[in-house]
Amino acid sequence: MRTYTMNHTTRRDSAMKILLTLLSALGCAGMLTDGAIAQVAIRGKTILTMSGPPIANGVVVIEAGKITAIGPADTTRIPNGLRVLDANVVTPGLIDAHSTVGLSGIYNQKHDQDQLEHSTPMQPELRALDAYNAHEALIDWVRSFGVTTVHTGHAPGELISGQTFIVKTSGNTVDDALVKDFATVAATLSTSALRKGKGKTPGTRGKLVALLRAELIKAQEYLRKQENAKEDKPPSRKLKLEALGRVLNKEVPLMVTAHKAQDIANALRVAREFDIRLILDGAAEGYLLLDQIKAAGIPVIVHPAMKRAYGELKNMTYENAAKLRHAGIRIASQSGYESYVPKTRVVLFEAAIAAANGLSINEALATITIDAARILGIDHRVGALEVGKDGDVALYDGDPFEYTTHCIGTVIEGKVVSDKVR
Amino acid sequence: MRHSNLYLATAALLGCFSTGAALAQDAPIAFTGATLIPIAGDPIENGTIVVHGGKIVAVGAGSAVTIPADAQTINATGKIIMPGLVDTHSHVGGFGGADGSAPIQPDVRIYDSLNVHNSGFRRVVAGGLTTVNIMPGSGHLLSGQTIYLKMRGRNTIEENWYTDADGEPMGGIKMANGTNSIRNKPFPGTRGKSAALVRAKYIKAQEYRDKIKRADGNPDEMPDRDIGLDALVEVLAGTRIVHHHTHRHDDIMTVLRLSEEFGFRVVLHHVSEGWKVAKEIADADVPCSIILVDSPGGKLEAVNLLYKTGGVLERAGVKVAFHTDDWITDSRLFFRSAALAVRAGMSREGALKALTIHGAEMLDLGDRVGSLEPGKDADFILLSGDPFSVYTKVLETWVEGRKVFDRSVPIDELHAVGGFGAGDDQIPYMCCYDHAELNQ
Repeated sequence: MRTYTMNHTTRRDSAMKILLTLLSALGCAGMLTDGAIAQVAIRGKTILTMSGPPIANGVVVIEAGKITAIGPADTTRIPNGLRVLDANVVTPGLIDAHSTVGLSGIYNQKHDQDQLEHSTPMQPELRALDAYNAHEALIDWVRSFGVTTVHTGHAPGELISGQTFIVKTSGNTVDDALVKDFATVAATLSTSALRKGKGKTPGTRGKLVALLRAELIKAQEYLRKQENAKEDKPPSRKLKLEALGRVLNKEVPLMVTAHKAQDIANALRVAREFDIRLILDGAAEGYLLLDQIKAAGIPVIVHPAMKRAYGELKNMTYENAAKLRHAGIRIASQSGYESYVPKTRVVLFEAAIAAANGLSINEALATITIDAARILGIDHRVGALEVGKDGDVALYDGDPFEYTTHCIGTVIEGKVVSDKVR
Repeated sequence: MRHSNLYLATAALLGCFSTGAALAQDAPIAFTGATLIPIAGDPIENGTIVVHGGKIVAVGAGSAVTIPADAQTINATGKIIMPGLVDTHSHVGGFGGADGSAPIQPDVRIYDSLNVHNSGFRRVVAGGLTTVNIMPGSGHLLSGQTIYLKMRGRNTIEENWYTDADGEPMGGIKMANGTNSIRNKPFPGTRGKSAALVRAKYIKAQEYRDKIKRADGNPDEMPDRDIGLDALVEVLAGTRIVHHHTHRHDDIMTVLRLSEEFGFRVVLHHVSEGWKVAKEIADADVPCSIILVDSPGGKLEAVNLLYKTGGVLERAGVKVAFHTDDWITDSRLFFRSAALAVRAGMSREGALKALTIHGAEMLDLGDRVGSLEPGKDADFILLSGDPFSVYTKVLETWVEGRKVFDRSVPIDELHAVGGFGAGDDQIPYMCCYDHAELNQ
């Protein structure tokens, strides 16, 4: 009863076979899983490139996984042999700037919940890489709404819960999916990281910050020892401090989940003291600290707009994203972590609520494309439709943010990875 | 907070903790120029609705409705007016139903635990909801009696509930099966045990009912009063509807089986796998109140949840309503659930009914609310645009001819959008003052 505008037109010819042979010979076969050719052209009535103004009646050409041409249909040639897809609205593949998919599974049973290790409050050595299930059903779910890249990993809920990383939402193994193996160290400065009861620590906000500072100081000393060590006598390696050392070296940001203004202020203070790169995560009361966040030059991955307004988020507002953005702060949207139902949010839907509450459509789309890429340091590859960037594209039959619009196709590096219409 | 103090001061000054009659609207009000979605018929462009004394007195095309001479006329050109929404399943109000002492607790009344000042009620009216069934949770086979509330915004729970012909509060009973109520002792450990416990309890209720009947008013013959069994006798008599949490297809069938055995009236709630047994539900002539959440999973019984359930049930001939399950979904996003169902194949007309009249019927309130018809309660909302668009805002919510939410008023906007203080307890609207004045 519904009609969708994605038509699959295949212009297969011998050129494709030649290319396949060539690519295989060059050792690019990994890119060609499922026998599909990573070559596709997408025609859009509107193409929202995120690197310039929208293109009306445009074409995106993807060859060998990368965008090789983009422009108006009348002036952009589609090479022979390409599969051609059509859509009303075409956007870059969406980026979910903070998720736990792949670690926090659909069943919510012990065996598929790898996002939080509670044995001790600070475990920066836990790699997301070792916990990610590339076949998890919720990855398929978010992919079907146009999400092609996720920043995922250890969840909020412990002072330092572990590492996060960045993957594409396709691939048979974590290695296939990998974009960046170590994206942030995830920390939580909020009551959700507290432990209650006699003898338990951290039990207060003050203790949270004290433990975090002490650990960072330990890592500073570790780095110093490593530097000063004689070559034949290297000090013993400590995974925990190695990970924090990379934060201190500014190779990797510390992503701090904080919602109340006082916790956000704590995060800013710690970042100043240790001169580290900080990403604020959540920041439900961020609208109370616009000047401070702006002055610190800190980006914010804003809580899901539809997060529940209880507890530490009781003062949250649908307009938080707009207030931050319009204060000149770089923001991204996220699906976040959900412990119950729904097991994951869909970042497209969260950005839609932001679009309906103060952000323009373009600004809201930036929070799930180019600005998310910039915050995560992957904008050289994804987040905009430009020649040379990854061929990651989302296809919609209307305004992507409308409740009743469908994602009719998701393309990753030139391959259609979803044509499920939900 | 600043506003709260003002409220208290004003309330005290005016001494206005009044009851029903004094709150009724005095002069008729006519809204003109709007697109009316009456639910009881096709949409009406450039329509007029007249309300008076808390009731709807006229609905129709502007040319066909005579506006009373003493009416206050409000120009609603460019806006949509439709009935206030009916939420068949909500947990707003700081609820606390049954406790951990037993899996079946029909003696517990949810209304004994509700806080009318809870900010959740302000979000309810901000979402355009005017009738809400507040339920205890799903961690029990039977977690207590539910209460049907009208969002009058008054100061006590008694002033906000629906009453039946005898003046008694109206509500159903909350039951659940599947995984939520399977817990450690004294709760059941399996689905078979869950059903057996429920059957045993209803058999007890039947015997209790029969004893009362046999006593025929003779106090010496009467059984000792059991307030839990009293509620179940109402269930057996069909005057108290069972609102039954159920997700998996086999759990749904178990509810239908028990409903048939004991003859209770039931509304299936959630029904995540209803798409697998739509024909069976239709054959049993049992209505469904559904929820759409953004992804499946989170618990085993919701792994096969799909957006298409509403459409599948609709096409099978099942009466469908939506619910928020607030806090599972926020009351301010109630339209969104319906829109997601439309996205996945439900008809727009069906989805609008599922937000209004169908829900009202599932609460035995279909003759009082759920559509714009003369004689019905003047519960309606003003929208800025298409009900199924993400960009549409609820502008005003009216209950019994009185405005209980106005987005142009700062404190109401605070609850609609969120912000500092939005989650704090609120003094609800009361009679006798213009809340707009308090926010200057």
